[in-house]
Order: sequence, then structure tokens, then C-alpha cells
Amino acid sequence: MTLPFAMIAVVTLSSAVAAMSLRNLVHCALCLVGTFGGLAALFLQLDAQFAGLAQVLVYVGAVAILIVFAILLTRGAEPAQQPIVAGSWFIGVAVAALTFGSLVVTVITSSAITSPAGPKLDVAGDVTVKNIGARLMTDYVLPLEVVALLLTAALIGAVIIAMPNEAPDSKLKAESSKLKKSTNF
Amino acid sequence: MTPLICYMLLAALLFSIGLAGALTRRNAILVLVGIELMLNAANLNFIAFWRYSEHPEALTGVMFVIFSIGVAAAEAAVGLALIIAVYRHYRTTNLDQVDSMKG
Repeated sequence: MTLPFAMIAVVTLSSAVAAMSLRNLVHCALCLVGTFGGLAALFLQLDAQFAGLAQVLVYVGAVAILIVFAILLTRGAEPAQQPIVAGSWFIGVAVAALTFGSLVVTVITSSAITSPAGPKLDVAGDVTVKNIGARLMTDYVLPLEVVALLLTAALIGAVIIAMPNEAPDSKLKAESSKLKKSTNF
Repeated sequence: MTPLICYMLLAALLFSIGLAGALTRRNAILVLVGIELMLNAANLNFIAFWRYSEHPEALTGVMFVIFSIGVAAAEAAVGLALIIAVYRHYRTTNLDQVDSMKG
């Protein structure tokens, strides 16, 4: 284990724990940005520059902002008076611990993760943006189109779901009737 | 270089933290954040396996992660829109208070 990996791992894990356990939701979103940034640094360390920068663009840039917007729109920024975890929280933690235990046992006893040849030392020539673009336009063109369709559908769907239910003219009518009532008195 | 097993254990720990958060938190937004953490742990595994594979020039892991990031972005957008719609209806995002189907 190298020192940079250990440092990035500590930052990522501690901010992930903080994001899942803090009381103030805005602090949670801030710690989440730390986790995403640490993961992007790990991607860069693993010579996946394109994936690391996509992680920064999409997660640190877009998803984190979206979460902050959702927190502010739902008034989650006000500190919660009630407990922040559900009543049966120990069952959830036990399930997560059990999952972690079984994952660790599987990883440690697996024979597939130690390849005899070892990793290729220099892959910088293989993962150029040019290569990735050529792959996207040849072998992976169908998944690319499907993702494009999915993102369009998600964009339209998100707008329609978050739109207010009542039509704008009925809202206007309600407001005008309210106004009439107040002028009557 | 850091051995592959370190990345695997880190991803397993991150996945478990996300799972614990998604299962225990009461706020719907934090549940979504936990799911995002689990997705990111899986992405880390993809990248690590790709880097330590014998043919990294095939770029399979990077491609999978790029598509996975796209799908996760769509999921986050729709999920947060759903939470906003639920909040507008129930005036709360606490999941244990959102328990009636009739509304």
C-alpha cells in the first residue's frame, strides 16, 4: 500500500461516514462532495483519467448541486428535531456489517484477484481520449445511443414529476377567489 | 503499486457504508445519497479490475464506468424529482411518515 492511496482512502472513507451520519443535511452534501472527489482521485491514480474527470464533472459538479437543491427545496436544511435514523436502525447496521463481512471473506479467499503476470505498468498510451472516442463510435455505439435516450427520458421525466399538479389557470382562479373573499370582509 | 486487494477492500467498505446509510436514515434524500455511494463503490471495482487485468488496452472497465455514471446521473435526477413531488404532497421527506398509498 502506498502513501497516496492510504491518504485518499482515509479522506474518502471518513467523508463517506460523515455524509451518512451527520445531522445537518447540508453538511452531509458537503461531505458527499469529499467522497466523490476522493473517488475521482482514486480513478486518476488507477490511470483512468477520462473516468476520473467524468466523475468530477458529473458527481462533484452536477449530482452534488442537484442534492443541495433538493435539500433546500424540501427544507431539509432546518435541523431535524426527531431522531435522524429509523427506529430499527440496528437491523440496517447489522445487515450492512454482514454484507461487509461476507465481501471481505470473499475478497480475501478469492484466487482470481492475484494474477501471476501482474498489472501492465504503463497504460497511458492505451487510455487516450482518442481511443475512448473511437471505441464509443464503433464497439459501444449501441450502448451510447441507449444512454442518450435514457438521459433524454430522465430529463423529461424529472421535469414532469417535479412539476406542480394543478394547472396554472386553476391556481390563478384559486388566488382570485381568495382575493375576492378578502375584499368581501 | 498498491495491490488490487486494497482497492477491493476499500470498495467493500464504501459499499457497506452506503448500504448502512440507505437502510437506516429516515430522510429520503440521504437514502438516495447512500445508493449513490454504493454505485460509486461498484465503479471503483470496475476501474480497479480493469487496471489490473492483463489486457487494459480493451478499455472495458473505463467504458462500463462511463455508462454507469450516465445511468447514475439519470437515476439521481429522477429520484430527487420524486422526492420533491412526495414532499409537495406530504410536507415531509421522512420515509417512515410516508406510509399511506391513498395519499
